[in-house]
Amino acid sequence: MLAQLVFYVFAAVLLMSATMVISVRNPVHAVLFLILAFFNAAGLFLIAGAEFLAMLLVIVYVGAVAVLFLFVVMMLDIDFTQMREGLQRHAPIGACVGVILFAELVMAMSNWSMAPASAHVAVQAAPGLPNTAALGTLIYTQYVLLFQACGLVLLVAMIGAIVLTLRQTGSGRRQNIEKQHARTREDTLELVQLPLGKNVLEQGGFLRPQTSYYDVAVPGSYGSAEQHKDAEKEETDA
Amino acid sequence: MTPAIAPIGLMPYLVVSAALLVLGVLGIFLNRKNIIIILMSMELILLAANLNFVAFSSAHADLSGQVMVLFVLTIAAAEAAIGLAIVTVYFRNRGSIQVEDVTMMKG
Repeated sequence: MLAQLVFYVFAAVLLMSATMVISVRNPVHAVLFLILAFFNAAGLFLIAGAEFLAMLLVIVYVGAVAVLFLFVVMMLDIDFTQMREGLQRHAPIGACVGVILFAELVMAMSNWSMAPASAHVAVQAAPGLPNTAALGTLIYTQYVLLFQACGLVLLVAMIGAIVLTLRQTGSGRRQNIEKQHARTREDTLELVQLPLGKNVLEQGGFLRPQTSYYDVAVPGSYGSAEQHKDAEKEETDA
Repeated sequence: MTPAIAPIGLMPYLVVSAALLVLGVLGIFLNRKNIIIILMSMELILLAANLNFVAFSSAHADLSGQVMVLFVLTIAAAEAAIGLAIVTVYFRNRGSIQVEDVTMMKG
C-alpha cells in the first residue's frame, strides 16, 4: 500500500514537471524542472528495484547532462520571448498528435501479452546478489562487447564535441616540435663547477641558454627574439 | 523471489511512461523554434523508454532490460553533448538558435 502511494506521488510529480519543462517561458526554469523530472524518475526506478540505475540517473543526468544544459542556456545570450511566437499556431496539431499517440499506446498496452517462448531466454541474476553486483556480472560477461561499444560511443562524442567547439585563436605558447626535438643538451644546459661556499651569482648568475626557447617557439606565439634581447638588455642595465 | 514491482503492477508504469513519451513529443511540437527545449524533449522521450525498460525488467525478473537502460543512458548523454556543441557553434556563427533559420543551404 505504501509502495503504491509512493509510486503515485513520484509519477504525478514526474508528469507535472515534464509538463512544466515543455511549457514554461524561461528555459532556465525548464532545465530545473527537467532536473526535478529526473529525480522523480530515479524514484520510480528505485521502486521497481533498479537501485544502480536510479543512482546512475541522478549522477549522469542531474550531475552532468542537466548541468550541461544549464551551462549552455546561461552561456548563450538569446532572446527567448520571440521563440514563443509559434506556440498558438502549433498547439492544435501538437495536441492532436499527442492524443492519437497516447490512445494508440494505451490500445497497444491493453492488448499486449508476453510471448510464452520468451520466458526461456530470460537472463536471471545469480540469487542473493544485490542489484549492482548482478548488473556488473552481466555487463562484464554476456554484454562485454556492447559495453565496450558504449565506451567507443562516448569517445566519439567527446572527440566530436571538442572538434566542433574548438576555435584556433592563434594565442597560446606553442613550440615548433621538430626544432624542439632536434635540440641537444648542449644547446640548453651549461654545467658550472662551483667552489665550496661560493654563490652562483658570482659566476654570472643563472643565465638563460643562448639559443633559448625563442628559437623553437612558433613565430609570434611567444614574443620574438628581438623582444627577448631587449628584455635581457634592460635586465643587465638594471 | 517476487519482483519488486509486484505491489504496483506493470500497467501503471507503462501508462506513466506513455504519458511521458507523449509529453516529449508534444514538447517538440510546441517549441518548434527553441532547439534547446527540443533537446530536452528528446531527453524526456528517452527517459520514457528507460522507464519502460526498467518496468519490464523488474516485472519479468530479467536483468537484460536494465543493461539496455545503461546503454540508452550512454547514448542519451553522448547525444546531449553533441547536440549542445552544435547549438553552441551555430549560435557563434549566426547569433541565433532559431530552428527555422537553419535553412541557409536550401536552394
